[in-house]
Amino acid sequence: MALLLDKVSYIYGGGTAYEKQALKNITLDIPDGQFIGLIGHTGSGKSTLIQHLNGLMKPTSGTVYFNGADMNAEGFQKKELRSKVGLVFQYPEHQLFETTVLKDVQFGPKNLNLPQLEVELRAYDALKMVGISEDLYDASPFELSGGQKRRVAIAGVLAMKPDVLILDEPTAGLDPMGRDEILDQIEKIHKERKITVILVSHSMEDVAKYVDRIIVMNKGGIAFDGAPKKVFTHYKELEQIGLAAPSVTYVMHDLNQMRIPVATDATTVEEAKQEILDWWRNVRERIIR
Amino acid sequence: MIRDITIGQYYPSGSIIHRLDPRIKLIGTIVYIVSMFLFDTFWGYLVTGLFLFGIIKASKVPLKYIVKGLKSVIILLLFTVSFNLFLTPGEHELVRIGFIKITAEGLRFAVYMGLRLVLLILGSSLMTFTTTPNELTDGIERLLGFLKVIHVPVHEVAMMMSIALRFIPILLEETDKIMKAQQARGADFETGNLIRRAKAMVPILVPLFISAFRRAGDLAMAMEARCYRGGKGRTKMKPLKYKGKDMMAFCVLAVYILAILGVDRYFPMI
Amino acid sequence: MRMIDAKKLVFEYIRRDEEGNVEAINRALDEVTLDVMEGDFVAILGHNGSGKSTMAKHINAILMPSEGTLYVNGYDTKDEEKIWDIRQSAGMVFQNPDNQIIATVVEEDVGFGPENLGVPTEEIWKRVEESLKAVGMYEYRSHSPNKLSGGQKQRVAIAGIMAMRPKCIILDEPTAMLDPNGRKEVIRTIRELNKKEKVTVLLITHYMDEVIHADKVLVMDSGKVVMQGTPREIFSQVDKLKKYRLDVPQVTELAYELKKQGMPLPDGILTRDEFVEAMMEVRNGAFTR
Repeated sequence: MALLLDKVSYIYGGGTAYEKQALKNITLDIPDGQFIGLIGHTGSGKSTLIQHLNGLMKPTSGTVYFNGADMNAEGFQKKELRSKVGLVFQYPEHQLFETTVLKDVQFGPKNLNLPQLEVELRAYDALKMVGISEDLYDASPFELSGGQKRRVAIAGVLAMKPDVLILDEPTAGLDPMGRDEILDQIEKIHKERKITVILVSHSMEDVAKYVDRIIVMNKGGIAFDGAPKKVFTHYKELEQIGLAAPSVTYVMHDLNQMRIPVATDATTVEEAKQEILDWWRNVRERIIR
Repeated sequence: MIRDITIGQYYPSGSIIHRLDPRIKLIGTIVYIVSMFLFDTFWGYLVTGLFLFGIIKASKVPLKYIVKGLKSVIILLLFTVSFNLFLTPGEHELVRIGFIKITAEGLRFAVYMGLRLVLLILGSSLMTFTTTPNELTDGIERLLGFLKVIHVPVHEVAMMMSIALRFIPILLEETDKIMKAQQARGADFETGNLIRRAKAMVPILVPLFISAFRRAGDLAMAMEARCYRGGKGRTKMKPLKYKGKDMMAFCVLAVYILAILGVDRYFPMI
Repeated sequence: MRMIDAKKLVFEYIRRDEEGNVEAINRALDEVTLDVMEGDFVAILGHNGSGKSTMAKHINAILMPSEGTLYVNGYDTKDEEKIWDIRQSAGMVFQNPDNQIIATVVEEDVGFGPENLGVPTEEIWKRVEESLKAVGMYEYRSHSPNKLSGGQKQRVAIAGIMAMRPKCIILDEPTAMLDPNGRKEVIRTIRELNKKEKVTVLLITHYMDEVIHADKVLVMDSGKVVMQGTPREIFSQVDKLKKYRLDVPQVTELAYELKKQGMPLPDGILTRDEFVEAMMEVRNGAFTR
């Protein structure tokens, strides 16, 4: 087990008029190698939660364990933790500061006091992982396009060789193609490097295709946690908390109600298509007979 | 941590102080600041303190909230106080450790200096707590309007100030975010010597400046799109007019000044 | 009446190297012709860098065309004397809600435009009230914008434009930085303004589900208008849209994929209801044949 939250609560502005409980008694187990979608709307506590996973925030009560050790205990190496649990913030391109792409990606590994050769190797490797071509390595990061900047920023975290990669809305502000490119790349990294990926998003449709577990947050607590298909069976409750299952889920339910018997657990267009085509072939066969 | 900075923030409570004309608040603040240098006795501090306390009560801004604003200047405060404490020469020596000595004069001076600074900061932050930047702009613009005659761009300067105030919380939040993002990449802002720490600021400052410039560009475009073309031909949504309560405020201010001058003249020094 | 009339609009910007020699000439707009009638709801789709934002900035006379003509509400945008008339008749809402709110109180921000136009004080108050009510933000009139959600901020920005009494509103990716709830809020507001206040709307976006209610949709790619028509006409060409780095709503894609497999479905299905209805036709058709 990699990350474990035990009864974690977090209170903002404790003791003031603005006191707000951002996390309510959260217990969560994140084993190695999963691809997780963390979903919730703004203010649901998901950003607070992920900052607890790499020690940027300390719980007001409760414990966060990394590989069995309490990460907020005295003497725990926070720097090492942050290299193991890589956190990519929203609009990560806003953190770029170096004169060249390569130098910027080296910032993380350099902070880990690695030998220069290792730093460079890691930077090259990370840039390759996110699909930045070599002719851009010496360009200023500020000359790149929006999508490229974002990928460089993600490489900046990957270069620390994390075991867990957390991305806070990595597709915000990108166009559909940019979104697909980034998500495909992340999926590839997850598969090839066998690292745990936590994808924070507010779109079920975007993550349904990729993840094998969805955690839905609402008002600082965990509303649902499970495989996408299982979570989407709660599509009515999801709607109540301001989220929605992918539209195909609704379509399948609608069809069922109209006495077109299709399985309602389809979460992607591809699955829905197969399901409906099966029904269609069935109907035609029956008619031919 | 960085969100704790409250100076320059508006705190809406709809109190009588909030509804005063910004000009009287500006004049009041200036008078208040000047008054701090008109006396040198305990009684003076008492009157000033009570006056400020009364205004804070009337403003309905929680005292805790205002005092929180002191946090960000605590270093300056400590520096000034200790500077005065240790370096004021005097005859009544109280403590001596090596070459450092504390004199009675120094102690008195340090306490008064600290008090003065605290009262000064609290007083001027109260103005921004109770006055929206736009009102402030209007107030400054009207008060300094006479400078237009000698071609000082009063409106533009006032507008710049008000926009700066509006963006302070946004940029603070941004700083917080960038710091966290760089920390997530292993950056360390807390250890090392001064040069190292100064160098550690680069990864924060560069993105912050870039973001500030981008925002400035965006904002300029948005303002132009809303037909902003300087102060010429502009009308006001909330034009400034002195009302009854403003006149009363002027009277209160006058009484305060008289009290300060009187106390300084007729009460013995402590 | 014609609200926006663009004929063969070209916008070129010249990139120079350090010595000031011309390095490259980029055509951000390439002979764009656009007609928007008063009261229309027109959407421009395109991926990032397709030229759609450049187009928006021309309509607001922030940019001047290199070639071609552009009339907004009958004014030539090249006529510098009319620049304020143009900006008053075609107001513009930008992407980042934080960077377009000037004041620290909602009502003062909405009053900013009318103040600049020299509207008398009483009239400003009337307009501010009306505009805030039109976007459903009147209760928040004395709030600080910093405490509002993204969607609310964007509605305040729209009210700020409405208070200038424009005939037309141009929205440049107004929802790109919002969460799903905020997006819904803003799109609902825009549709209402179009219907009730008869404001001409030009919505620039890359979210496909936001344009299904538009009267007309244009697709831009590398500075050119490459597709135009009703949403139904546009969305029936899924492959072509994908080529231009765009995607389609899940329901539309599902129907399209099923049709490709031989199911007798109509072209360009846009909503869940349409899809379910079409599927029932399919079923009934199969059984009555």
